[in-house]
This record gives sequence, C-alpha cells and structure tokens, in this order.
Amino acid sequence: MSIFKGLGTVVKHLLEDPVTISYPEVERPVRERFKGKHALKRYDNGLEKCIGCALCAAACPADAIWVEAAENTDEERYSPGERYAKTYEINMLRCIFCGYCEDACPTEAIVLEHEYRLSFTDRRDSIYTKEMLIDAPPDGVPETPQKVEPGAFDRAIPDMENPK
Amino acid sequence: MGVSEKLGQLGVVTTTLEQAVNWGRTRAMWPMLFGLACCAIEMMSTQAGHYDLSRFGMELMRPSPRQSDLMIVAGRVSRKMAPVLRQLYDQMPAPKWVISMGDCASCGGVFNNYAIVQGVDEIVPVDVYVAGCPPRPEQLVHGIITLHEKVKEMYWNEWAKSE
Repeated sequence: MSIFKGLGTVVKHLLEDPVTISYPEVERPVRERFKGKHALKRYDNGLEKCIGCALCAAACPADAIWVEAAENTDEERYSPGERYAKTYEINMLRCIFCGYCEDACPTEAIVLEHEYRLSFTDRRDSIYTKEMLIDAPPDGVPETPQKVEPGAFDRAIPDMENPK
Repeated sequence: MGVSEKLGQLGVVTTTLEQAVNWGRTRAMWPMLFGLACCAIEMMSTQAGHYDLSRFGMELMRPSPRQSDLMIVAGRVSRKMAPVLRQLYDQMPAPKWVISMGDCASCGGVFNNYAIVQGVDEIVPVDVYVAGCPPRPEQLVHGIITLHEKVKEMYWNEWAKSE
C-alpha cells in the first residue's frame, strides 16, 4: 500500500506548475525596502538635495563614496545653502548596499532604489559618477546650475516635511 | 592554438562557424563551484528551483576544474586561498571564463585589510564583475547573461593570440 502512497506524491508533484521564475523575461518584484542602486534626489524646483557634506562618505563602512564639495553662488546655484557636491562618485563594487549613507544624509538626498542589474566587464565601469546617479529634474524645470534671486536659498536645509 | 589560428583567417566561412561555436559555448557553460562565503548561499539558490541555472545549460555546479568552463568566485578570497584559486583556474581547460561574484571577490568589499585579496583579478583574469553584497540570484543571472554577450563577441583570432 505504501508504494501507492509514494507514487501518489510523485503524481501530485507531476501535475503541479514549476516554481521557476524565468528571470530575464519574468522579474520577481523586489520588496519595498530593497536596497539597490543609489539615486541622488532633487527638490521640486530642480535644485539638488545634496549639499556636499560628505557625511555619507564618513558613514560608509566600505569607503565606497567619494564627495568633493564646491561653493554655490546665486548666479550658479546647484543646491540650497553654501555648498554642493561637485564630484559624487560611488564605487558599486565596493558598496555593500547597507543604506548607512541614506541614514546619514541630513537632506535625504541619497536614496537606495530598486535597480539591481549591476554587472560590469571592466572594473572601471563600476564607478558611478554624479551624472549617472542623479535624477532628472522634474518636467519644465531647468537643469542645475540655476540663476536664482539673491538670498532665496541661504539655508542648507529648507523647510522639509517630517520623515515618514 | 594552431588550428584556431589558421581557421581565424578563413573569412566568411569561419565567421559563421565562429558565431555557431560561440553560441554553443554560451548554451553549455558548466560552472565550477567556488563558494567561499555568503555569496555561495545566493549561488546555491540561483542553482535551485526558483532561478534554475539549468535554463542556461549550467546543469550543476561541480567542484571539478577539468570538467568546467566557468569559474564563479563567490565570496572573499583570503591570501591563503589565492594560490589554490589560481591552481584550480590553471587546471580548467580553455576556453575558460571567470565571474567574480559579489563585492568581496570583485574588489575586497568591506574587507579592506591585509588578509583578503583586494579583487580576484589580482590572481585570475576576470570577465564579469557582479556587484551586490551578496548579489541576488537575479543579479548573478544578469552577470551570466552579460558574460554570454561577451562570449558571443569573441573572435578566434583574438582568442588564439591571448592563449
């Protein structure tokens, strides 16, 4: 009798659908809090959130981030406040996607998003520059640097909504 | 080496044959098991039912260098492991490829210290680097597809010279 019981299990599994996800064609959605490739964010007026403080670089356990800051002027304004990130580089092969940079950022400029397809044939390609990381400005808003009214963006952190 | 070098100069016949051979190589690229750390867990789950590397002709990982074409270095390589890795690579028959899976294998990751090799490309030529700590199975599959794209563009002329 036990042989039929065993065969029953086999037949039951034969009739089941396979569990395989054919990855390149079908993608399994990642979790809400999944940490993938970084993105540098902008305010609604197109200014960059990053103020070049390099706290992310200090928090990074793998030393994957390199930030160089430069001074903002009202003629050439990249971000609110005194300084902006002139160079912002992340080595994707060093980065361990822990999200400490996200936690350290005072302006919520850097966010780890859901893109995970990161394969390189050359190690040099793994260094993502600011141009590759930064989000495009919202529709109808000019690209940075912008020319702004003097004194309009003196504070580094404008009035922000509370974190959710 | 001799035959492939001569064949490389035969023009249109070999170009088509080259494509066929390269296609064949991508369809049955047997990986060598080289799990060294946590990345190996993700490598195992890539092999298992949900992601199933058999779809790419990689039927099973085997820790036998003579029967494999692709070395997936999954995990951090310590200085003591380095000569072993090189020896296993040398034992693999050509053509052979190396995927450096994860941050530690690619460039040391967080382990920037004296004990860990800062990237396996110090020891063996790496074809594809897969970022992630550890990479998701999808990321490894994406790395394998990147490698397939690279292999499809291989030419015997260049390949023969590099040997």
